Amino acid sequence: MKHGPLLLRGLALLLLVSFVIAPQRFAPLFAPLTQYGAPPIYDQGNLLTLTLAHLGTVCLAAAASTLIAVALAILVTRQSGRAFLPLSRTLVNIGQTFPPVAVLAITVPLVGFGEIPTLIALFAYGLLPIFENTLVGLQTLPPAVTEAADGMGLSARERLFSVELPLAMPLILEGIRLSLVINVGTATIGSTVAAKGLGEVIIAGLLSNNTAFILQGGLVTALMAVLLYEGMLAVERRLCRSVRTD
Amino acid sequence: MSALAAPLTAAPRRIEPLGALLTLAGALALTWLPFVLVKANRIVPGTPLGVGAALPPAVAGGLIVLLVGAAAVGLCVGAPRVRLLAALTALAGLALAVGLAGSLLTPGGNRVVRVAPGGAFWVVLVCLGLLATDALTRLRPRPLVRVLALGLLLGIVVAALASGWFDHLSILREYAVNAARFAQELRRHVLLAFGSLLAAALVGLPLGILCHRVPRLRPGVLGTLNVIQTIPAIALFGILMAPLGALAGGFPALQRLGVSGIGAAPAVVALFLYSLLPIVANTASGLARVSRAAVDAARGMGMTHWQVLRGIELRLALPVIITGVRVVLVQNIGMVTVAALIGGGGLGTFVFQGIGQTAIDLVLLGAIPTVALAFSSAVLLDALAETLERR
Repeated sequence: MKHGPLLLRGLALLLLVSFVIAPQRFAPLFAPLTQYGAPPIYDQGNLLTLTLAHLGTVCLAAAASTLIAVALAILVTRQSGRAFLPLSRTLVNIGQTFPPVAVLAITVPLVGFGEIPTLIALFAYGLLPIFENTLVGLQTLPPAVTEAADGMGLSARERLFSVELPLAMPLILEGIRLSLVINVGTATIGSTVAAKGLGEVIIAGLLSNNTAFILQGGLVTALMAVLLYEGMLAVERRLCRSVRTD
Repeated sequence: MSALAAPLTAAPRRIEPLGALLTLAGALALTWLPFVLVKANRIVPGTPLGVGAALPPAVAGGLIVLLVGAAAVGLCVGAPRVRLLAALTALAGLALAVGLAGSLLTPGGNRVVRVAPGGAFWVVLVCLGLLATDALTRLRPRPLVRVLALGLLLGIVVAALASGWFDHLSILREYAVNAARFAQELRRHVLLAFGSLLAAALVGLPLGILCHRVPRLRPGVLGTLNVIQTIPAIALFGILMAPLGALAGGFPALQRLGVSGIGAAPAVVALFLYSLLPIVANTASGLARVSRAAVDAARGMGMTHWQVLRGIELRLALPVIITGVRVVLVQNIGMVTVAALIGGGGLGTFVFQGIGQTAIDLVLLGAIPTVALAFSSAVLLDALAETLERR
């Protein structure tokens, strides 16, 4: 039972890697989708470079969102930051109603075209799930544990780093996973504002009416999202096991 | 150390930290950023003007007094009602002032000059909005009150825009040029978002019930729907263009119904596919939440399967299902924006046109109503779910 999904994941990874390294080998598969002798494989740029740029943008944005979101969640759950707690919860709710395109479109006129508006939009959009999950994780600690920590005479800092954060870690990681997966898809829209990424392939397909391009861009992005999801899930399982045995 | 710290923390807090932060941000913005930008046309960068330069001295002074008053309340008064009132008064003053600046700075009869709200206006707007939001959150309004407040707010905004006071601001200039198209794209946006939601509900509810009744199906169905969610929106739109185009080519009857490779059809199908997951998953987990005892009792009373499902299970699962519908609706309203790329129409048309022409006013003309639409839907459905949950 357990080997089936693992095998499937391995195959998906193999497919993704071999496709972005040697896309021309897959040309016969995509050829039936093109018309009037259009190229079956994206030829206006290197697929590998685009994939890495896409992944780089997503990971950079996710790293920044993680740092800021976790710091903010810690801040509003401390005694000194309590005043910001109700507002920050409402803001998370409101923020999730902002469509990513709107965030992207509003940043473009402020900072210009290219990677930067995409990074900002992904960063802002990625904050919400991580912040929300960290907040829940820090606020739903079992009272017995926090009392024990106080009873042991831990300082506030020790309590945060060796009790609260490790216990909240599964939820924090889940938030990071959600935000990564959403951002892999959202980053494709970044190509409408000239950011490098797989959206370029899809948009080239839309512009030249070439379904093969659209399918390639979409498949590589979707495979990447699925693999990131599964990879993060594996990391979560491993880390959470170690938390429990500690 | 701890002996020293105790009396300090026990001392009453005089300054509200949120008020301090917002006051600082607002004051910095008013000092360093322009209140309005006067542009010779819609695309060139504008001349920045501060509050003093943009408004007659009496009005500028009045605005500053209002803002200082709101800051003072934000800093020193803890009562949420007072804070809400101060924030809303200052917001109204700010809006009236920027509208007046627009009228005064536009030369009479000139249709080319644009007066756009500047950085200071937006920052102060956000600060006052945050102050009001915080106060409102602390008041914990009941669902009905929240819906009424939303309706009142929307009513005031629409009335204010219709009054003509703001007509000289750049975004409304953009609206005036595109008024007919705006109404059409807005209708289209709502139609696409709600239409695909309705279709997804019609298919997703039975599918969710099926997943609950036949647990073996659940991992397969939810797994497939999960994978669909990972396909980026623009790719799914694009991928659907080819089969729909072929379908319309093969069946002229479908073409007459409006099905074609570009336009609304691929958008509706894609949104429908994205919408299925939250609805199916929430229906299944909502039904799983219904206690076995309640179902058994109903069966024991001689109710049929169908009666139990309709009268007990679905009724108890409804709040969870509504939460799924909220997720779908907010997600759809955002994603319809992307449909503009494949000729699907909707408010995204203005957003992408605006990006193409680097005309921020056009971007905002598309983006602000989209956000307002998503936000209003979220408030309405949240209130509905909460009301059902309480019953």
